Amino acid sequence: MPGKLKVKIVAGRHLPVMDRASDLTDAFVEVKFGNTTFKTDVYLKSLNPQWNSEWFKFEVDDEDLQDEPLQITVLDHDTYSANDAIGKVYIDIDPLLYSEAATVISGWFPIYDTIHGIRGEINVIVKVDLFNDLNRFRQSSCGVKFFCTTSIPKCYRAVIIHGFVEELVVNEDPEYQWIDRIRTPRASNEARQRLISLMSGELQRKIGLKVLEMRGNAVVGYLQCFDLEGESGLVVRAIGTACTLDKLSSPAAFLPACNSPSKEMKEIPFNEDPNPNTHSSGPSTPLKNQTYSFSPSKSYSRQSSSSDTDLSLTPKTGMGSGSAGKEGGPFKALLRQQTQSALEQREFPFFTLTVFPPGFLVHVGGVVSARSVKLLDRIHNPDEPETRDAWWAEIRQEIKSHAKALGCHAVVGYSESTSICEEVCILSASGTAAVLNPRFLQDGTVEGCLEQRLEENLPVGCGFCHIPYDELNMPFPAHLTYCYNCRKQKVPDVLFTTIDLPTDAMVIGKGCLIQARLCRLKKKAQAEANATAISNLLPFMEYEVHTQLMNKLKLKGMNALFGLRIQITVGENMLMGLASATGVYLAALPAPGGIQIAGKTPNDGSYEQHISHMQKKINDTIAKNRELYEINPPEISEEVIGSPIPEPRQRSRLLRSQSESSDEVTELDLSHGKKDAFVLEIDDTDALEDVHSLLTDVPPPPGFYSCNTEIMPGINNWTSEIQMFTSVRVIRLSSLNLTNQALNKNFNDLCENLLKSLYFKLRSMIPCCLCHVNFTVSLPEDELIQVTVTAVAITFDKNQALQTTKAHIEKSLQRASADTEELLQFPLELCSDSLPSHPFPPAKEHLESASSNSGIPAAQRATSVDYSSFADRCSSWIELIKLKAQTIRRGSIKTTVTVEKANPMGEGNFRNRSAPPCASSTVGVVKMTPLSFIPGAKITKYLGIINMFFIRETTSLREEGGVSGFLHAFIAEVFAMVRAHVAALGGNAVVSYIMKQCVFMENPNKNQAQCLINVSGDAVVFVRESDLEVASVQQPTANCQPLCAGGEVTT
Amino acid sequence: MTSELDIFVGNTTLIDEDVYRLWLDGYSVSDAVALRVRSGILEQTGATAAVLQSDTMDHYRTFHMLERLLHAPPKLLHQLIFQIPPSRQALLIERYYAFDEAFVREVLGKKLSKGTKKDLDDISTKTGITLKSCRRQFDNFKRVFKVVEEMRGSLVDNIQQHFLLSDRLSRDYAAIVFFANNRFETGKKKLQYLSFGDFAFCAELMIQNWTLGAVGEAPTDPDSQVDDMDVDLDKEFLQDLKELKVLVADKDLLDLHKSLVCTTLRGKLSIFSEMEANFKNLSRGLVNVAAKLTHSKDVRDLFVDLVEKFVEPCRSDHWPLNDVRLFLNQYSASVHSLDGFRHQALWDRYMGTLRGCLLRLYHD
Repeated sequence: MPGKLKVKIVAGRHLPVMDRASDLTDAFVEVKFGNTTFKTDVYLKSLNPQWNSEWFKFEVDDEDLQDEPLQITVLDHDTYSANDAIGKVYIDIDPLLYSEAATVISGWFPIYDTIHGIRGEINVIVKVDLFNDLNRFRQSSCGVKFFCTTSIPKCYRAVIIHGFVEELVVNEDPEYQWIDRIRTPRASNEARQRLISLMSGELQRKIGLKVLEMRGNAVVGYLQCFDLEGESGLVVRAIGTACTLDKLSSPAAFLPACNSPSKEMKEIPFNEDPNPNTHSSGPSTPLKNQTYSFSPSKSYSRQSSSSDTDLSLTPKTGMGSGSAGKEGGPFKALLRQQTQSALEQREFPFFTLTVFPPGFLVHVGGVVSARSVKLLDRIHNPDEPETRDAWWAEIRQEIKSHAKALGCHAVVGYSESTSICEEVCILSASGTAAVLNPRFLQDGTVEGCLEQRLEENLPVGCGFCHIPYDELNMPFPAHLTYCYNCRKQKVPDVLFTTIDLPTDAMVIGKGCLIQARLCRLKKKAQAEANATAISNLLPFMEYEVHTQLMNKLKLKGMNALFGLRIQITVGENMLMGLASATGVYLAALPAPGGIQIAGKTPNDGSYEQHISHMQKKINDTIAKNRELYEINPPEISEEVIGSPIPEPRQRSRLLRSQSESSDEVTELDLSHGKKDAFVLEIDDTDALEDVHSLLTDVPPPPGFYSCNTEIMPGINNWTSEIQMFTSVRVIRLSSLNLTNQALNKNFNDLCENLLKSLYFKLRSMIPCCLCHVNFTVSLPEDELIQVTVTAVAITFDKNQALQTTKAHIEKSLQRASADTEELLQFPLELCSDSLPSHPFPPAKEHLESASSNSGIPAAQRATSVDYSSFADRCSSWIELIKLKAQTIRRGSIKTTVTVEKANPMGEGNFRNRSAPPCASSTVGVVKMTPLSFIPGAKITKYLGIINMFFIRETTSLREEGGVSGFLHAFIAEVFAMVRAHVAALGGNAVVSYIMKQCVFMENPNKNQAQCLINVSGDAVVFVRESDLEVASVQQPTANCQPLCAGGEVTT
Repeated sequence: MTSELDIFVGNTTLIDEDVYRLWLDGYSVSDAVALRVRSGILEQTGATAAVLQSDTMDHYRTFHMLERLLHAPPKLLHQLIFQIPPSRQALLIERYYAFDEAFVREVLGKKLSKGTKKDLDDISTKTGITLKSCRRQFDNFKRVFKVVEEMRGSLVDNIQQHFLLSDRLSRDYAAIVFFANNRFETGKKKLQYLSFGDFAFCAELMIQNWTLGAVGEAPTDPDSQVDDMDVDLDKEFLQDLKELKVLVADKDLLDLHKSLVCTTLRGKLSIFSEMEANFKNLSRGLVNVAAKLTHSKDVRDLFVDLVEKFVEPCRSDHWPLNDVRLFLNQYSASVHSLDGFRHQALWDRYMGTLRGCLLRLYHD
């Protein structure tokens, strides 16, 4: 009996009229926890009852405290008939269970009914007295802190980052139980809400236990999801990163104290590129799939190398990748061994974090992802969710081996998702392969000076770009150059990642949101046939999505993507792919080449004219984008950068069809200046469409920027005005024109129009940036496409942005010149791989990959490629998305000139903007943001996780304003309930807010609709920095610069 | 491709003032979009008509949801569903309760009942204000009326407290409530030249002096206002006004009054002779108005009578406003020198207010 829960019901207000005769209500309250229920007195004839009840006390196990929600029901007393329920409030008391979080929950909660929505408010006070439990075999994990934030929370220091924790629980969905036929929709909805609340409590407790086992005290980047599998049940699963966190007294103490530089070990960081394991990837997981699994990863398995088999067959041994034999090479760096040994203790060296402590991330390999198509069947025994566990285990193994193929021992920015349609389910996982610094991964043992030195030596701002894999034995075709920043290490020409831009990364210009959108029709089919059809389509979709991303990236004149998130959604008769990422120009990477168009019929004059017209348009767009995003890469002379990579220049092509291309035209295109461009062949209408769609993406209006990462590269002086919003759109496709092209166009228009609407709506905030733009696509019905966007608009001070950038670039300039002096000191050890490589077992695959590597003129290859080989090709790239382009060299950091030019512009124009109109707003304002920080403010306390699930249903859809009115009201209510809970915890903001699910179903004929929403985030207390700097005598400019944002970006 | 559902929900509820105005003015979504297009917003922002349509729909939906709360403004402040900064809340309320001059002139003094509501169609046609807007304004009047009708205490304060309106708007509403309660006739043709402001000015003076609330002495002492009723005229006072009749009924008194006024004003008025000739008529008119106020029918015709009996005769003789002022001042003051007249206080209470009203009503 280790806990006592105390609840007091104070009062109600704005209650609905329940008695038509008197226009009043006789309200009372039931307070339920577990199986115990208390009641207040009936407060007669009032819409604003004052119950002022005694303290209701529940004596409970802490296990129950973690699992169960406190359930408060407001009812209308009726002498003659059954009491009418007014509504309920579920309160998650978890935040009261950690010592540092909230101590009391007290405030006004909206009374929620799943049929009527919010009906008044109730004032409740909740407290918990916890007794210490010394039982080692306890089932509870009270005290483990949970954070949705995917970085180390602002007022904590990471002592150790333990690694991946995951858990899932399954149950029958009450909506599909036999009893649902006889109970009311309200009862059914409430049963569902309660069950999910219970399940997430249980899940959190179980994850907490795992964290305690790992000797951690917190979970960061906690992501919990629901899979509504319909008939086959309800799955609640969660992943996170276990950490040991220390509360910080002052944020300045964040950096480790021991930073002694030491010259003699200098070479270490540069030694690590060789990796014997480069070609291994994709374990043979599909082989052990049960009958009903249709994994697209089958295609990857061709690449699996012998070294990987043990790992995939024994997933639970913890031996994992890179065991001693494989790393026996003499070139192995100490660092790598240490890191790997640290990571090998883990089954899955995954991290859900996207932002890392300084020095944590050493190298980034690229995006790794895996998908698998499964057929759902009823979960027979909820206590043993083995099937689902096994499915995820497979996918994770695959991810792990992909990472290994990239010479990486860890995956960061890791996330998992599902898409379900009827009984088919696509499981997806993705992350970024990376090499990590072991310092944060282990207990003090490794905490020598080595890592510190290492950190010192790593070139600031470009280290993470350096390739972790073996240059001579690359896992995919890529074009390498020396790093444009330090010029010591090799970097790829393009870098795709799922993480946020590292804070020390050197970026030129600003970033922008880049999206690839794709639809593919699919025949309606049942069960296995359906799953097969989907599996067959998936590789094509992946390929096309990556092609689009690459094209758009080049069109923007950028060379790296961050925060990449590819969502594949399955519907009855189509598949949708939506990839979002933030494009940036990394100073360390080479400048991207242009895009060239090649036609197939050169003798047709008008056609050629058309082609050249298109080419001009594309070139213009690139030039315009460079200007728009202020991409002015410094010019570097050839001598400074050293000799070019001694590789034959190669040209990557997008091969679009089997039709013949003309040699002459291609040759002509090749001689286009010194730029070796990315060639786009438009020899069929399909490709023409693509080029068109490339050009139809309109840039945001002046004053607007957008990104899907936490912070916008190139902007770092946020002012304090923020506006979080959710926008939902559903379109109905006319069934007549359902071709792939029409579908693509519709989908593209849908997304573009949605963005345009957002820009228009938020125009009063200019200059501002849409951050963390999160698109979700779902296909609720045959001809319906639903897109949900959540993002935050943040204002910034244009003037200051430029100043900071300038300082930043100057700093990097110094750094770069200093580094070149030491250029000769490092031993260039380009070692060869000793392992026998048979990376592409199937002949066709081999041929194709080989040809793409060997620089055979693309036009010739085009003839030999048949459509099916695209799938192989793209799958052989393991989603590394390392399409390539030739580049020209630019260098020498001279941007300062342009920066200075721009500086005086707009002086004073934006000064007035720094004072937000609502800054003086009264108590009770709760900010919500999907970001982990609040601009211009300092988070002083984390109060606990908010994880809420709501169902809303109506049988009077028309009366509630149709589907739009219904959903609008519901989302507003969800926001209100989140805010109320945060306020009751004593907080004034939710950070890392995310709407994980918004499932909307309608039946207009029956005048009915239902919607399920799941949201989560971290409740926090923040203090405005202007309030902190009480009597500071600083000049006003220093005051309006947000400290935390500034510090974060510039360091 | 048709848009089935299209919504935008901000953590802070976005309010577009221009769209709010269009909504308040009762334009349909399509009309509002057309008007916005005409305002040149597309050129300014580079948006498309579809974006504008979606935006307008969205705002309209928000306003529709807010409307329920606007009916009881304190609810808007305490509700949790829409997070709106206080300044915006004030703006929403103020604009919602604002009304059109043309509309208020049509319904001022009318009974705020269903019958009048039916006339809104005609009013809409006549004034060019959309029927929707007319309904909103009418419902606002009625709602405020219902809430404060039976309430004790200062009318303006009550309105301000229950509807959170600005001081200016609260005073206007007080006038509307006062007029509706006393059913003053304002629609007659000869009253058409008067603005709402004229009537509101008079209403304020009457509330201050002629109602039950006016008897309560010290406004600082809340207890004294227990019986304060600002909405109804002081019945006792109206009864007493009959006593003033002596001023015109008693011929000596009337003559004495006239001579007192004429002696003082001689040489000071440009229209002295007209005044002298008309004195008895004017005085009879003013005193008879007072004497008639016992009948509620005559109370309704107060403004008609004032215009007929005083404003029109003076206007036909082209009295300058300043002369009217001098005359009225002297006319009221001279009564104090009439030894046979015992109702000095009553006279002051009546004439003080009436003088203010008449001066306001006296214009073209």
